[in-house]
Amino acid sequence: MGKRILAGTHFMNGDEACAEGAIAAGCTLFAGYPITPQSEIAEHISVRLPEVGGVFIQMEDEISSLAAVLGGAWGGAKAMTATSGPGFSLMMENLGLGMMTETPCVLINIQRGGPSTGLPTLVGQADMMQARWGSHGDYGVIALVPSSPQESFELTVHAFNLAETYRLPVLVMSDEVVGHMYERVDIDPDKIEVVERKKPSLPPGEFQLYKPGPNLVPEGMPSFGDGYKVHVTGLTHDERGYPVLNAETQHQLVVRLKEKIAANSDDIIRVEETATEDADVIIVTYGISARTSLGALNLARDKGLKVGMLRLITVWPFPEAIVKSMAQRVTGFVVPEINLGQIVLEVDRVVRGDAVVRSVPHAGGDIHDPAVILEAIEEVFAHAG
Amino acid sequence: MPVKSKSLPTPELLNDARHPMEKYLRMDRLPHIWCSGCGLGTTLSCFTYALDEMHWTDADVGVVSGIGCTGRAAGYLNLDSYHTTHGRAIAFATGLAVVRPEKKVVVISGDGDLFAIGGNHFIHAARRNVNMTVLCVNNFNYGMTGGQFGPTTPIGQKGTTAPYGNFENPFNLPYLAASCGAVYVARWTSLDARRVKEAMIEALKRPGFSFVEIISPCPTNYGRRNKIGDGLDELRYYQENTVIRHGSDPRHAGIHPGKEIVVGCFVDEPRPTYLDLYNELVVEKNQFEKPSTLKKEI
Ligand SMILES: Cc1ncc(C[n+]2csc(CCOP(=O)(O)OP(=O)(O)O)c2C)c(N)n1
Ligand code: SF4
Ligand SMILES: [Mg+2]
Repeated sequence: MGKRILAGTHFMNGDEACAEGAIAAGCTLFAGYPITPQSEIAEHISVRLPEVGGVFIQMEDEISSLAAVLGGAWGGAKAMTATSGPGFSLMMENLGLGMMTETPCVLINIQRGGPSTGLPTLVGQADMMQARWGSHGDYGVIALVPSSPQESFELTVHAFNLAETYRLPVLVMSDEVVGHMYERVDIDPDKIEVVERKKPSLPPGEFQLYKPGPNLVPEGMPSFGDGYKVHVTGLTHDERGYPVLNAETQHQLVVRLKEKIAANSDDIIRVEETATEDADVIIVTYGISARTSLGALNLARDKGLKVGMLRLITVWPFPEAIVKSMAQRVTGFVVPEINLGQIVLEVDRVVRGDAVVRSVPHAGGDIHDPAVILEAIEEVFAHAG
Repeated sequence: MPVKSKSLPTPELLNDARHPMEKYLRMDRLPHIWCSGCGLGTTLSCFTYALDEMHWTDADVGVVSGIGCTGRAAGYLNLDSYHTTHGRAIAFATGLAVVRPEKKVVVISGDGDLFAIGGNHFIHAARRNVNMTVLCVNNFNYGMTGGQFGPTTPIGQKGTTAPYGNFENPFNLPYLAASCGAVYVARWTSLDARRVKEAMIEALKRPGFSFVEIISPCPTNYGRRNKIGDGLDELRYYQENTVIRHGSDPRHAGIHPGKEIVVGCFVDEPRPTYLDLYNELVVEKNQFEKPSTLKKEI
């Protein structure tokens, strides 16, 4: 049997680190379809899963990839798929099924430039709103964004844990640069925490598939063949899982799907603050753009400008409370992202005019020039007089 | 949409009459939504009788459905049952089957679900020979959405979106399944409940990808619109027009209005399943430990 956790220090790219993170978290099924810049995940995990007693299956498209992952999850496996823009679009249908049926699994998107085929080999971060709103209907979302191969490993493990804890597909929204960049990755088994699937505590007959616990999450998930004779449906359903097509049941279910994330957001949200204590201007950013922003932050500090950075590790649910409280004490926010302004809309919504909010858009293809971010910072300082 | 006939027995009337296959049905979900005269009820009971004859329980089998009138079958079966997205039942079932090889996954869905929107998943699951049985209720139209034409509607037949008659060439399902590599392929009409049940048993017994097409009346949409009459009239049409040709070349099993409908078992030819080959060529060849999930297939 191969090793599930590759303890030690490695030189790995972000994609491979995602694959290793999945295996360390106990993933035994990967279903995917090749796409740049994600293919290294599939290639790496196709080597590794058979070594550790799992199954790698290459499906006919991304629609079936996520469908198979959901099926595998109900079969009892921890399961994952990975893709990039065009495939992410195809997955939106079954992402909704996963949300509606509260199926734990992980979906990684190594973002490239879009729309459509866009820039297959070059970076983008323009799927952030699609991650939030891509499938039809209302539901809560968890999306994590790694900034390095090390974090790609850690956040993939964490994504599996969140998927089991909150019973939903969890999104890891990496990007082409982080996916392809090679860096040191330390894997320390003592630091890896794994959440196993919670099984029903009640016997068949008494157990209700979608009866939520106090944290609004259904309590326990039986696998195929466990004797619970579950009915799992994408139709609006009651706590037994039976379709009930009326406004009252819709309200009960859909509000809970949203609230189970919102009500637990303090436990879910992770951010990293750099030099924010005395900052007058804070850069709010995520993923690879946080690393470019660090360059801009240093340039600004060299000029004596009090600039800090809030790096969103969890982009969804959006760290509202943190940004809101910062807005009370800073002059403004600068939001660099490799899209034409997506997460800046959230910052703006939360700040509500209490501070200046300045977008630093970039259509994709490469990363920001730190000088452009610095310029935006200086503009905010100038604006404040 | 399926319409409920006024003459359907009320739940009160059903109180005394117990369904002999009650153990396989979610009695708390009945009455079902299907129209009177629809072939879906017969098909579902054939399936329960097949399970009963095989002494299979929920420990042996689970059901996955797509969307449509047929797709509702999963919701009435007292087994682990998964009602997925339109066309994706086979893809979902693939994931379920590869992590639970000791059990049989059965996909029950309609002609539109399996062969229009889900056609790609069908051909690839058959090619891979994933361990599953696919039961297609072919009513030659999209019943659930109101009788539009679909990928099996015969030439000349009417649908709500084929007001002048369908002019697209339909799929010949046994031929399609056979050419994609299904290990067992049969077609019957829902008139012939005993043979439908037997074909289901044969399909369920085979390891790998097996397929049964059940030609079935949809009086509400297809029958009415094509002047076939009610459910019974459509069954009578089958009685008069079907011919049994076991082992015949499925190439000649295309369905054309007014011509004979060839039924029978077209393919019964074992070959290694997806997981057989995975075990042999990946796991054993490289001396990996046999995955805990890859226990013996049934
Ligand atoms: C993505 C998507 N497109 C369209 C529909 C609407 N729709 C629901 S059932 C159905 C057709 C079902 O036809 P078939 O599979 O033949 O089943 P039947 O109702 O005839 O048993 C369609 C088009 C849907 N639910 N999802
Ligand atoms: S298939 Fe036709 S007859 Fe059967 S329930 Fe649907 S609409 Fe009614
Ligand atoms: Mg149909």
